[in-house]
Amino acid sequence: MRVIVCIKQVPRAQELQVDPVTQTLKRVGVPSEINPPDANALEMALRLKDQHAAEVVVLSMGPTSFDESLERAVAMGADRSVLLTDRILGGSDTVPTAYALSETIQKIGGYDLLLCGEETTDASTGHVGPGIAGHLDLPQITYASEIRIEDGKVRARRTAEDGTEWWETTLPCLCTVNFGCNRPREPTLTGKIRVERGGVVTHWSCADVGIDPKKVGLFNSPTIVAKVDTVRLPTRAGRIFSGEPKETVRQLLDSLIADGVISP
Amino acid sequence: MTDVHVLEDKSHFHGVWVFLEHRRQGLRDVSVQLIGEGRRISDLRNTVLTGVLLGNRVDVLATYALGYGLDRVIVVDDPLLEIYRSRPYAQVMAQLIRRHKPEIVLYGASKNGRDLGGRLHAILETGLAADCVKFDIDAEGNLDMIRPSFGGKSLAHILCKKHRPQMASVRRNVFIAPPHDPSRTGEVVHESVELGPSDVDATLVDFQEFVREGGLRPEEADVVVSGGYGLRDPKAFAMLQELADLLGGAIAASRKAVDSGWVPKMLQVGQTGMTVRPKLYLAVGISGAVQHLAGMQESKKIVVINIDPKAPLFEIADYGIVGDLFEVVPEMIGQLKVLKAGASGARTAVPAAAH
Ligand SMILES: Cc1cc2nc3c(=O)[nH]c(=O)nc-3n(C[C@H](O)[C@H](O)[C@H](O)COP(=O)(O)OP(=O)(O)OC[C@H]3O[C@@H](n4cnc5c(N)ncnc54)[C@H](O)[C@@H]3O)c2cc1C
Ligand SMILES: Nc1ncnc2c1ncn2[C@@H]1O[C@H](COP(=O)(O)O)[C@@H](O)[C@H]1O
Repeated sequence: MRVIVCIKQVPRAQELQVDPVTQTLKRVGVPSEINPPDANALEMALRLKDQHAAEVVVLSMGPTSFDESLERAVAMGADRSVLLTDRILGGSDTVPTAYALSETIQKIGGYDLLLCGEETTDASTGHVGPGIAGHLDLPQITYASEIRIEDGKVRARRTAEDGTEWWETTLPCLCTVNFGCNRPREPTLTGKIRVERGGVVTHWSCADVGIDPKKVGLFNSPTIVAKVDTVRLPTRAGRIFSGEPKETVRQLLDSLIADGVISP
Repeated sequence: MTDVHVLEDKSHFHGVWVFLEHRRQGLRDVSVQLIGEGRRISDLRNTVLTGVLLGNRVDVLATYALGYGLDRVIVVDDPLLEIYRSRPYAQVMAQLIRRHKPEIVLYGASKNGRDLGGRLHAILETGLAADCVKFDIDAEGNLDMIRPSFGGKSLAHILCKKHRPQMASVRRNVFIAPPHDPSRTGEVVHESVELGPSDVDATLVDFQEFVREGGLRPEEADVVVSGGYGLRDPKAFAMLQELADLLGGAIAASRKAVDSGWVPKMLQVGQTGMTVRPKLYLAVGISGAVQHLAGMQESKKIVVINIDPKAPLFEIADYGIVGDLFEVVPEMIGQLKVLKAGASGARTAVPAAAH
């Protein structure tokens, strides 16, 4: 069985800050990580590997700096990884991204299960996973927090707004994985040694995969970001009390009463 | 340059569509709210507002939906569409969109809405903007789709200039539901589409509904007392419930508290939970990750209780207490009880927020 996990490298969300002077996002020097839900998807794949001796292939599309995350994935236990990297992909929105990833998945071939994260922390759309399923015309189960494979069938638990659903479908299929549904393992020593030896990341260009250059990149993306406004959140009183609870609570309640939020 | 995958000349596309989600013969809130915003957009564009309803025996619902301000409802009635399923719903929507060429299609940014929209936009090769909070029409007549980026630190204006339809999703409670007018009339159009059992590729084998053990719902409450991972275990939520009761409010939680299994999923506030805008949001043991802020930063007053003075949530607090919640919350409950009982017998703590 072959499981392909799509991961994206993202800036650590907590560290993103708006520059107080220029009112733009400070992105330089912000450390990166595997998009947290994708790390859960990878852990899901590694558990299936433990159970079913599946081969786990990790796939990403982006600049070569993404090698860092792909190497980490291999150090955690993935068998190999592929980075689709090409300048013409720059600025792709979810339509070309889903298309280019689908084409690359087909070139890898022989897949049974495709896993994505529920959404990325930088784009937060969750559209790429279902987009890939649409391109490849595969069954899809989104927001899965548990996946079981038995007799060539997939059973997945999906968390919806009003309850928990169990879906059953056939392989090959695509699932997107809930953030926080498991604890991603740490890289192992043997994994790290494999990475040290090199050759765990394969780089492909669009030409290598046979991706139509007229369908990718900024100019071939249906959506454009016309402009970005910085949100000036309403200024808040920002009064922080510290000290003895008796005192801090009294100060807080007095303030809330004075503001008319609660009345004595 | 992009003509290869533009559906067709965009001047052929007309009208605004709202995808109507339903459950147990009722429309979902988010769909009703979208009808209201869809009405505003179609009036700006001087065009027709259509609701699209896929299901099994949904005629009564279609007629009822007109009352919220739709000009017509397109109904596809088929036992195969009884419940939401990704592939058949996407197939049917793709056929309808190719047939009727709407200019704009709006979806709820619910789990199913994203599941459908994500699949569909790739099939149709058109733009889809997630989680929009505002819409405008630009000078060229394009839909300006405004969505928060980076957890609400900025707002991005997304345009889909060359491709049609322009598609967008909106979370629940971003727009206000329009009133229902039973006397409003409109058209209910039945459409047939190519759909067979082979299009159904997944089966729902079990469903366990979340049950609400009564209590006020956070989306409706004026006071929300929200607990995070700092609470350490589910028992501490009983303490928050007591505080919420004293303030006439509801309890809610961060995703980490929900994922730990301490409280039901439907109490989750944030990017992947619900959006609340109460008069008072009291965050207890919550650090303030961007995904949490996305669901509460528009609250009128924000009060933070956290042991760590560097917790990011303090940055957007009106008031904060740096301290151990296991000391602060019981103290607060105590003082509120005293207030309520009336120190001199004359004072009663009535949450003004309730009015
Ligand atoms: C795709 C995605 C979607 C997400 N969606 C959401 C979402 O919808 N909603 C959401 O909330 N999160 C969401 N998250 C998770 C989010 O990034 C944070 O992980 C989460 O909000 C943290 O929850 P927390 O603040 O309760 O926990 P923590 O970050 O662990 O914070 C706990 C806080 O409790 C404080 N504390 C500890 N002990 C005490 C004490 N005794 N007294 C007082 N304070 C104490 C600590 O100082 C700390 O600040 C999402 C993440 C991803 C990747
Ligand atoms: N550039 C990328 N490379 C690999 N996988 C991606 C990429 N972008 C998105 N994905 C996958 O698609 C999921 C949803 O992404 P998004 O639609 O951007 O929220 C992510 O969790 C990843 O699994």
